Amino acid sequence: MSAARPFQDKPALRVDGLSIARGGRVLFENMSFAASAGEFVELRGANGAGKTSLLRALAGFLKPRAGRIEFDGEDEPALALHFIGHTNGLKPNVSARAHITYWAGLFGAPPGWDIPLQSVGLAGMSERLTRTLSQGQARRLALTRLLVAPRKIWLLDEPAAALDDAGRAMVGDLIAAHCKQGGVVVAAVHEPLGPAPSQTLTVGS
Amino acid sequence: MTFRRDLALMWGGGGVLAPLGFFLGATMLVPLAMGPERALLQSAGPPLVWIAAALAVLATLERLFQADLEDGSLEQTLLSRAPLEALVLAKGLALWCAVGLPLALAGAPAAIALQAPVERIGVIVVSLGLGMAAFIGVGLVGAAVTAGVKRGGVLIALIVLPFFAPPIIFGSAVAAGEQVGAALAILTGCALAALALGPIAAAAALRLQAE
Repeated sequence: MSAARPFQDKPALRVDGLSIARGGRVLFENMSFAASAGEFVELRGANGAGKTSLLRALAGFLKPRAGRIEFDGEDEPALALHFIGHTNGLKPNVSARAHITYWAGLFGAPPGWDIPLQSVGLAGMSERLTRTLSQGQARRLALTRLLVAPRKIWLLDEPAAALDDAGRAMVGDLIAAHCKQGGVVVAAVHEPLGPAPSQTLTVGS
Repeated sequence: MTFRRDLALMWGGGGVLAPLGFFLGATMLVPLAMGPERALLQSAGPPLVWIAAALAVLATLERLFQADLEDGSLEQTLLSRAPLEALVLAKGLALWCAVGLPLALAGAPAAIALQAPVERIGVIVVSLGLGMAAFIGVGLVGAAVTAGVKRGGVLIALIVLPFFAPPIIFGSAVAAGEQVGAALAILTGCALAALALGPIAAAAALRLQAE
């Protein structure tokens, strides 16, 4: 096979009997699923159903009420995943290039990494301060985190929020390319992103 | 990396000038308010320099982690290869360089204005530098605990001011020329303890904030 698959083909993400409560309200109970290398898991559900809480629990930010989350059989998620939440993680008076350089150090970019602005449609904007970017451009910049340092699991919370049609297609292409390389994508979405999901989970029903 | 970025953010955002201006303004007003009587200024001056320095540092703490929590930077930090404790320490060191060191240096003109003997200025600046490190180490915890609280400045003050007392006591002793060697040794201990334990407690608080 010619396509490079840098990640191993063993079960990447396993969730067993997960229950999450927020503010004293149980969002969902006893959720179980598993995703293997190359899978795109789409999360669906109404507003407030718990999609974001599930993603935050998978990222290790939110302690579940019960249940177990494993990454390649390990409990420690931090080095295995990227998380793109509702907020973009940008500082207003910092340039796009400086953000990407910082993320490269933070996430451990491999030697020879390049600033991937072209991949997200921001070519020529490396010196722009992020306060001068539109909402959609800021979202595109946040998505470069996925490309700076390879990590097997991407957790995306409405990744195409604020993006135009071309941006939505770009997100779909990024997901498809990552899955093709053996990565795993779990994304909360309200509209289809393009690539057909391997599985669709409805949260909170 | 975090140190360089935070230092640039603090300098670039103008966050350095406000505490420095407050400190110099507050200490320069004292002689105007108390009059030119040398003995009175000499006895009241050292504690006032330290109280002004403590309040100036306090003013920088509220947004230290709050901005990171609000804009999503904290989540990214939690996914870093580096331990969160080390990143918090780097942020504290950046704050010391951006705010603590300038405040310590500004202690020289402030002490002169308050009639401190010129030969004691050097040791006052050194003691302020150590005291700033102690304030910042403790302040990291207060800032982390209150990161999710709107207008948490008062709450930070309630949390950290009791822990500011030892550096203020021994710093004032240095400025007054009492037991200088011993007081400097204790200040060094306060600074090292605060910088060693503060990031650990602050990181634990930030993990809770990220929920």
